[in-house]
Amino acid sequence: MSSTTNNAGRLDAVAPAIELSGISKAFGPVQANKDISMTVAKGAIHGIVGENGAGKSTLMSILYGFYKADAGSVKIDGVPTQINDSHDAIAAGIGMVHQHFMLVDNFTVLENVVLGAEEGATLGPSLRKARKELKRLADEYELDVNPDALIEDISVGFQQRVEILKALYRQAEILILDEPTGVLTPDEADHLFRILRNLKEQGKTIVIITHKLREIMDVTDSVSVMRRGEMTKTIATSTTSPEDLAEAMVGRRVLLEVDKKPAVVGETVMQMKGLSVTDVHGVKRLKNVSFELKRGEILGIAGVAGNGQSELLEVISGIGAATSGEVLMHGEAIDVSKHANAELRRKRGISHVPEDRHQRGLVMPFMTWENTAFGYHNEPEYSGKMGLANQHHMKEDAREKMERFDIRPPNPQLVASHFSGGNQQKIVLAREIERNPDVLLIGQPTRGVDIGAIEFIHQQIVNLRDAGKAILLVSVELDEIQALSDRILVMFDGVVQGERLPENTNEGELGLLMAGVDPEANS
Amino acid sequence: MNKNLPKWVDLGLIPLLTLLLAFAVSGLVVLSIGQDPVEVVQVMIKGAFNPFGIGHTLYFTTSFIFTGLAVAVAFHARLFNIGGEGQAGIAGVGVALVMLSYDWPHWSIALLVGTLAALAFGAAWAAIPAYLQAKRGSHIVITTIMFNLIATAIIGYLVVGPMQGEGSQPQSERFPASASLPDFHEIFGWFGLEFAKHAPANISFFIALVAALLVWILIWKTRLGYEMRAFGHSEKAAVYAGISPLKITMIAMLISGALSGLMAVNTVQGEAERLLLGSVEGAGFIGIAVALMGRSHPVGVLLAAFLFGILTQGGAELQFELGIPAQMITVIQALIIMFTGSLENLVRMPMEKIFIRAGKGATS
Repeated sequence: MSSTTNNAGRLDAVAPAIELSGISKAFGPVQANKDISMTVAKGAIHGIVGENGAGKSTLMSILYGFYKADAGSVKIDGVPTQINDSHDAIAAGIGMVHQHFMLVDNFTVLENVVLGAEEGATLGPSLRKARKELKRLADEYELDVNPDALIEDISVGFQQRVEILKALYRQAEILILDEPTGVLTPDEADHLFRILRNLKEQGKTIVIITHKLREIMDVTDSVSVMRRGEMTKTIATSTTSPEDLAEAMVGRRVLLEVDKKPAVVGETVMQMKGLSVTDVHGVKRLKNVSFELKRGEILGIAGVAGNGQSELLEVISGIGAATSGEVLMHGEAIDVSKHANAELRRKRGISHVPEDRHQRGLVMPFMTWENTAFGYHNEPEYSGKMGLANQHHMKEDAREKMERFDIRPPNPQLVASHFSGGNQQKIVLAREIERNPDVLLIGQPTRGVDIGAIEFIHQQIVNLRDAGKAILLVSVELDEIQALSDRILVMFDGVVQGERLPENTNEGELGLLMAGVDPEANS
Repeated sequence: MNKNLPKWVDLGLIPLLTLLLAFAVSGLVVLSIGQDPVEVVQVMIKGAFNPFGIGHTLYFTTSFIFTGLAVAVAFHARLFNIGGEGQAGIAGVGVALVMLSYDWPHWSIALLVGTLAALAFGAAWAAIPAYLQAKRGSHIVITTIMFNLIATAIIGYLVVGPMQGEGSQPQSERFPASASLPDFHEIFGWFGLEFAKHAPANISFFIALVAALLVWILIWKTRLGYEMRAFGHSEKAAVYAGISPLKITMIAMLISGALSGLMAVNTVQGEAERLLLGSVEGAGFIGIAVALMGRSHPVGVLLAAFLFGILTQGGAELQFELGIPAQMITVIQALIIMFTGSLENLVRMPMEKIFIRAGKGATS
């Protein structure tokens, strides 16, 4: 531990907490990091933004010892440091909070904090010590968590605090957070930022990787932008704007707002009546959900991940079964039992861009022309004689779709895993939108998608709406819901917590609904 | 497989180098028991390719093609069918039942009927594990192993019980002469060509080649094959596309079992001409290695089956000529399986480095 008194006001006197110089890292032919130099002052909150694949995570993984850099050096507190694995990182005072938490679900908070840092042959002393330490940290940083609660019983917001506590318990002076707000409600995110500011005041250094520019503006002191493995810009946050950052990320001016005309809403296409889903563990995931979907509207479903939105999409798209309730399409009931079949849904004019394109929407080792017919492969146009596939047409069709959706590289023979997230999503969208469906179900349309492609994808969704189709949009990105939706439903714990019109609500109100609070009930 | 390597390196050079490495290590093993590796190779090659030996080599190859294809088809749907032994064994019972039940007027009819019986019985023996997997989630590896044991027990019972022929041998009655399939000597004779007499290779070798072609069409040209591959890569994606996991699991396993079953046409009808104990001789398991080494591609399966055919026949010769125990050849086979199956990266990684460096040099 450094003996210098770290005071946020007197940064220049001390060596920078992190100093990376000339870091390069290649994976095969892909240069993930190119000659990157970055300095983070002690006691600062530093943001790293960049599109997917820009090399942010690689850089932080090098700092945390997951990868070894091909070239370059690392200095921590001015001292050249060799970080070969996470032990070295912890010893150097670096803690990391991963995007996907590394917690043991059926352990208590206390046990998770101690795990890997036990001392002595028996657990007792370590646990007692940790309990005392947790209490101190809780008081100091607003990090209160019940040490005896099981991880599986606490919310993701609290789980994240446990991750932070783990790092602090290991005496981290530098905390790296990878996409920390992806799973949080706006309220929880605010709390997180308060914690981070507290940590900063105590002299800790914080690095946040995120793609949310607003968060960068809110919480960081300085920000680095990465693009295609290079660090294109490092700047004090107060002297920049989201537009400038987006431009630095993408390399061109980007429209952050969605350009759309008022909706011309038509008749009801689908009615969901009392849909409920109970999963295999007997947990109720969806509780008596009813709503209508109309022609020419984008109905947005907001909510923190895991509050029943996925189950709702699964039932409507024919992937999963409803325990009770019904779905009507043009007044006619469709099968929501376990015998439901997604292929029949497509025949009825319901297309589905699934939330998880890697596992569902695409078969990753399939070539593009195989993927652009996926789910429709038994349609006459893709079928040959005697059970054969009409591969000639499939390839032609893929070529046309790739051109219309500007999918790059425009080679139908490439396998899906070869494309960037944005282009993968465009493959799915091209397939589903080009069927000209009556209803488009779309989950997390821009998850893991580059800013440049987001603009295009949003425009396609709006165009489909303007063509008089009904669109059900599920997204955990509140910004996206607000930008696209003509009507917003907020889900919490399997229930529709409220319905709002985007023009009559704001993020604060939606955030409360997402957390299960009805703002109107309070007043 | 790999995006960065030229195809000929990925599918040609790397397997070849891996194989050479396996042979090199095998050579060391041979040295360790005081034999000369060069002599061993000579004996094996001579044993496998002499005019009589090749008839045995191709006979073994035929069996391995069937069982290799069986494993490969199931692999594409991510099902690990290690029940080839049992499926081929029960198919042998089916072949024996129809061959013994009627005096077929011509070998071609006997071949057709025998083939159908082998397909049906092999598929049926795979159906129960397939259903249990699809419906109940009972792991197919476990169930097919158990079905191998059950099949062995059933055949054991049949050949000393209801189906036992004259005498005290554990075997069925010999099939009528009209059921006998043309061997290579006869087939080559039709075209005025020579082939050694009494070698076991028979017309079912050509059925195996046709089966390989049909499997290729099935996997890469039909919608069913497309659905199988989609299911194999991601069950979630398959469900999203409306592909029924139950249907695909059943179909893939029935086809796989039927292919294993075809092996009985080669062994039971083509060679033994009666139902024997242990007529499968481990070919069901070698099929797994063949499919692994052949990357579940029919052409790869053909080549790998031929290699294992050579090893089996050449290995038998080692025993005669040099007195090397048969277990030795199992060691060599195991080394090949180990190198091609799990140690491939030993060759692949350096190759990738070399070619990526070379590729960079060429493009920049």
